[in-house]
Amino acid sequence: MLEKALTGPKTYWTWIGVLLAVIGVGVGCWMWQFREGLTITGLSRDVVWGFYIAQFTFLVGVAASAVMVVLPYYLHDFKAFGKITILGEFLAIAAVIMCMMFIFVDMGMPIRIFNVFLHPTPHSMMFWDTVALGGYLVLNVLISRVTMVAEFKGAPPPRWIKPVILLSIPWAVSIHTVTAFLYAGLAARPFWLTAILAPRFLASAFAAGPALLILLAFIVRRVSSFDPGRKAIDALAVIVTYAMVINVFFVLMELFTALYSDIPEHVHHFQFLFTGLEGENTLAPWMWVSVLLAAVSLVLLINPSTRHRESTLIIGCVAVFISLWIDKGLGMVIAGFVPTPLGKVVHYAPTAPELLISLAIYAVGALLVTALYKIALEVRGHLTT
Amino acid sequence: MHDGWKIVVGLAVFVLLVTSPLVYNALSAEKASVPELVKPPNGAPECVEDAAWMRASHMDLLNDWRDIVVREGRRDYTSGLTGTVYDMSLSKTCMGCHSNKDEFCDRCHTYMAVAPYCWDCHVEPEEVS
Amino acid sequence: MDRTRRRFLQLAGAGVVGAAGGTALRAVAREPEAPGSVESVQPQAGISRRWAMVVNLKAVERHHSWDRIIEACHRAHNVPHFSSAKDEVKWIWTEEFEAAFPSQEQPYVTLEHHDRRVPVLCNHCDNPPCTRVCPTEATWKRESDGIVMMDWHRCIGCRYCVVACPYGSRSFNWRDPRTGLEEITKEFPTRMRGVVEKCTFCEERIARGLEPACAEACEHGEIVFGDLEDANSEVRRLLREHFTIRRKPTLGTQPQVYYIV
Repeated sequence: MLEKALTGPKTYWTWIGVLLAVIGVGVGCWMWQFREGLTITGLSRDVVWGFYIAQFTFLVGVAASAVMVVLPYYLHDFKAFGKITILGEFLAIAAVIMCMMFIFVDMGMPIRIFNVFLHPTPHSMMFWDTVALGGYLVLNVLISRVTMVAEFKGAPPPRWIKPVILLSIPWAVSIHTVTAFLYAGLAARPFWLTAILAPRFLASAFAAGPALLILLAFIVRRVSSFDPGRKAIDALAVIVTYAMVINVFFVLMELFTALYSDIPEHVHHFQFLFTGLEGENTLAPWMWVSVLLAAVSLVLLINPSTRHRESTLIIGCVAVFISLWIDKGLGMVIAGFVPTPLGKVVHYAPTAPELLISLAIYAVGALLVTALYKIALEVRGHLTT
Repeated sequence: MHDGWKIVVGLAVFVLLVTSPLVYNALSAEKASVPELVKPPNGAPECVEDAAWMRASHMDLLNDWRDIVVREGRRDYTSGLTGTVYDMSLSKTCMGCHSNKDEFCDRCHTYMAVAPYCWDCHVEPEEVS
Repeated sequence: MDRTRRRFLQLAGAGVVGAAGGTALRAVAREPEAPGSVESVQPQAGISRRWAMVVNLKAVERHHSWDRIIEACHRAHNVPHFSSAKDEVKWIWTEEFEAAFPSQEQPYVTLEHHDRRVPVLCNHCDNPPCTRVCPTEATWKRESDGIVMMDWHRCIGCRYCVVACPYGSRSFNWRDPRTGLEEITKEFPTRMRGVVEKCTFCEERIARGLEPACAEACEHGEIVFGDLEDANSEVRRLLREHFTIRRKPTLGTQPQVYYIV
């Protein structure tokens, strides 16, 4: 089946070519970073985690969101999702691989990555995150392969895959919970030291991930004869809506606790994000765009007619995705570091090489999604090549 | 197998490529010389352990020393050869005698094409500016 | 793909994994032990220590310069100096009073305290949040004497410990430290780009019965180092006789650097 990714029309290969070019540039930048050190990024003594780790955090959420199609179909027999679970699983595989790549490029000594396995450390959440992500990748590869092969043969999948699929449901929740645990247990960082961080992560994941899945399903429908069906799209849209409502509610809860208590340690980080602090306001415009997009998305998604109409649904999903990407992929991580534990306001902005490496990793994800989706579509006969 | 000859030709090319370093060495007139190690300039009669054992296993010794010093905080090593007590240190003990890295350590390492990165951190005696 | 070709690829893949796994197993397998021996017990067995530091800000004038003391540490340990602030690496430095003790910040602090620079360094906490998060135990608390140690051979440079430290005590090597060193002290290694470093209470000097470099460089007893388990130590005497504060005490980290303010 893998060979199906190696044949295609001119548009396919042009797209692959563009992705490979972006990846090539990123690899070059990374080799420069490997030689010189992470000094070529915008990171500093005070802001030690930035764009790379923020992308990792966001993408773990996207990876976990596959559970939002798997759970209804396999646990509740929601037949409408039957055709798109594979799209969710393939997206999860691509997202997890991107997560691992973002970690890899962020490490100071990537050649020592196996130390995490040679010296397992159960009291470290990062150890468990590695285990969880690795396990999730194995689960999704196994599940998607076994179900694909079964479809290819025109037979039902073997019975033993069912418990594996059921395992992937709590596992998906756990990968994003443990990622939240990386942040939420740190006495040094009051901005993240909140019990609602893990629920917030999950809510935003279950909004952004299915929103992306809806957009991908529409793209797939454009380029092939595959139609996920009205019912599946509507159900996904409802999931996105509820998840986004809950996520916005959680954000408002955080704002209340911080702003009403008026404790400087908590207030200052939100001030930095939304109004700037001591002249440092790089993120403020981004955060307000995120707020605006969230509001737009809620209006479009809560209202049934705009949620049902495809043009407005697409706008709503794009708005959700970008709003939550800004929230997690820009705001959340960086604001944990400003002000510093010593109360100083420092500047961080990613450098060009940092962005090019990140773009290349996204291109790898896009490449994986493209190839895997192509295989799935062709196996099902939706692509006439 | 109509295209069988392609496979045979491919295999033959592969074997030639893979064995080319050996063929090159066999055919070249000048043999690569066995590395000649310069003994310690301070004339110390013995190493921390037996020289033949060291040649084979100095990396194991250094790894053990590294973990014991850094992770257990113990620094005294009693030589199995002489009973002398040494400070477990690459820079201070090993290179206290083998002070010229080029004439000792690098000779074999270059010959064997290994590049240990110990000296990215541990300071060679000659290197102090 | 036809069945036999797939079978061949599966077998080839399994073969590669098996060979790689075999090689890995051999690498991890027990190697012959060195013929010699290491002292079988900890030095001075049976004595447990708790190293700590008392910084006596009252022992020196308000505008006392800590530069020489800082230099003693950084020189002894090949701590690099870079012109770019974002690459900065430091083991001990000074902060203004509000930054060192944010919980003591108030608008009417005495001029004495306001003008005074406070030396800060790793507190070698008794309940360190940094060691809790390290995924490889490249940093850990020594049970024998409480020092929070660094293993630069094992550190993967994830910087999680830097994130977890409430005091900003840790630095990461964003670039090759040797580019920031004019002179190298050969008795101590440099580090390489990609690992985190911090003060280690001069554990290599303590092992030889010496004081930490910063304490030794003090001429007025402004930094005193000693064993809290020893009731007769200088640090214990100072703690009995003077009021001291610690940095961010409410976090439960139990820092072991005490400040006489």
